[in-house]
Amino acid sequence: MILNASGCLDALEAPEVARALDAFVTKTVTPQPREGNRPVRIAETEAGMLNSIGLENPGIDGLLSDKLPRLAELGVPIWVSVGGFAASDYADICAALDDRDDVTAIELNLSCPNVDEAPESAAEIVAAARPETQKQLYAKLSPAATDLPETARAVQAAGADGLSLVNTMRGLALDDKTLQPRLGHELGGYSGPGLKPIALAAVYQCFRATGLPIVGMGGIGSGRDALEFLAAGATAIALGTILFSDPDAPGRVREELAEELAARGLAGPGDAHGLAHREEPAVLPE
Amino acid sequence: MRRREALSVLANEAVGPYALLRLERGEVDPGVPGQFFMLEAPGRVLPRPMSLCQAPPGELTFLLEAVGPGTRALAAVEPGEAIHVFGPLGNGYRLDVEQPLLVGGGIGIAPFPYLSERLGSPPAILGFRSEWHAEAAALVPNATVVVEPTLVTEPLRDLATDCCKVLACGPEPMLEAVRELAPDAQLAWEAPMACGYGACYGCSVEIDGVLQRLCVAGPVLEAA
Repeated sequence: MILNASGCLDALEAPEVARALDAFVTKTVTPQPREGNRPVRIAETEAGMLNSIGLENPGIDGLLSDKLPRLAELGVPIWVSVGGFAASDYADICAALDDRDDVTAIELNLSCPNVDEAPESAAEIVAAARPETQKQLYAKLSPAATDLPETARAVQAAGADGLSLVNTMRGLALDDKTLQPRLGHELGGYSGPGLKPIALAAVYQCFRATGLPIVGMGGIGSGRDALEFLAAGATAIALGTILFSDPDAPGRVREELAEELAARGLAGPGDAHGLAHREEPAVLPE
Repeated sequence: MRRREALSVLANEAVGPYALLRLERGEVDPGVPGQFFMLEAPGRVLPRPMSLCQAPPGELTFLLEAVGPGTRALAAVEPGEAIHVFGPLGNGYRLDVEQPLLVGGGIGIAPFPYLSERLGSPPAILGFRSEWHAEAAALVPNATVVVEPTLVTEPLRDLATDCCKVLACGPEPMLEAVRELAPDAQLAWEAPMACGYGACYGCSVEIDGVLQRLCVAGPVLEAA
C-alpha cells in the first residue's frame, strides 16, 4: 500500500497524483485555521531539504465543510492527519471526524518539529483520542524520541492501531554568504534521502517492540527503498519529498517494487514484510 | 496540460554571464509566457523553477543564472544528457493587452523572448547590472537597455502613464518600483519552490494580505 506523507501533496491541486495512491493523507488539521510560518519556508540541503511550513491549514471546520467533500469525490480512501496543542485538541478533532464516512483512518501528528508541542506525552494524547473514535488510529512519531521503541509501546498500550514512522527531524541550514538561518522560522523539519537510514531504524525497532502495522516513510524514492521498509517491518509505505521532484513517483515506485519483489521470487508486498528480522536471510535467487 | 518528461539537451550556450539551456521539446506543452517549468538539477534533491525563455519549433529553452548549487548544476549539463522537465505550471501573463510594454531586470528578462514573440515584438525596457549582463538583451527585440546605476524606472517614468500596459519580471525591488509607476501592471514574482504544483506549501508569499502559494496563485499577479 502506497500513501503520501502528510503535507507532501495537495490532492485537490493534483488529483491525478492522489489517484495513483492507495490512500491520500491530508495535510495536518488543527482546531483553528492556521496561516503557517512566514517565508522563507523551504531550503534544500546536501542530502535532503528543510521545511518550516508550520501546519498551514483551514482548521477542522474548514476541512469538514469544504475540503473533505471535495476530497471524497476523488474516489481515494482519505486519512486525516490531526494536530493540536493539547491532548484535548486531538480528542475534539477525532470526535468531529468519527461519524464521517468519507474518512478511512486518522493519523495523529504527535511530532511536528515546526510548532510548539502539546505538553502531554504521545501516549497521553493517544489515550485522550482513543475513546472519541472507532476509526483506525495511527500515531505518527518522531525519530528524535529518546527511546522510540518505548514510546511506540506506550502509544500501543494507549490504543493506537498502528504507527506512522517517521516524521521529519529538526534541522538548520545557513546562508552561504551571511551565515544566517535560511528559513524564516530558523529551524525546520529535515526530510529526503538523508532521513532514510534513520527512518529504517525506527521501523525496524518499532516492529520488534510492538508488532503493530506500520506506515514507513523517510527518504523513500524508489521501489528498492520501499522494499527495504517492508523488510524492516512496514506494512505500507508513504512518499514525501520525492513527490516534490517527481509527481509520477507513486506509479513508478509501485512498478519498481513489483520488479524488486519478482526478482526475489516474492509473490507480493506481504511476503517481504519483516524479512530483515528473519534468522535465515531470504537469499536472492541465482 | 502539464506533464513530466526527460528531455534531451541540445545545447547549453553562454549569453553574457547567463546560460541558455536548449532542450528537445518532446511532448511537453510550452504553455503561456510567464508560466514555468520544474527542471531537474542533476545531483540535487529538488528541481528548480524556470520560466520558459523561447519556444522554437521542437525546442524549449531556458535562460539561467548560476547562483547556487541547483542553477550551477543546470548550467553545467551538456548535449547528450537528458533532464526531467515538468510543466507548464502556474499562471502566465494575460496576453489580451493593448500597447504592451515589457519591463525586465537581470535574469528576470528570461520569459521575455517568448512573451515578445507572442505579443508581436512590443517595446521593452531592460535593466542590467553590467554591460556583460546586458549581452542577454540581444534575445529581446525592440529593447531599450539601461545599465546600473541607471534603473529601468528612469525610462519608464519618462513615458506617459497611460501609454501602455506594463508586463514586468525582475528582482523584488524593481517590481515594487514598477508597481508604484504602473498600478495596472502584470508582475511575475519569484519564491523558493520545492514542487511547483501546490504540494509543498513552500513558496507561500503575502498576496492581498494573506499568505498564498505563488506556484498556484502566480507567478504572474496583477500589481493592484
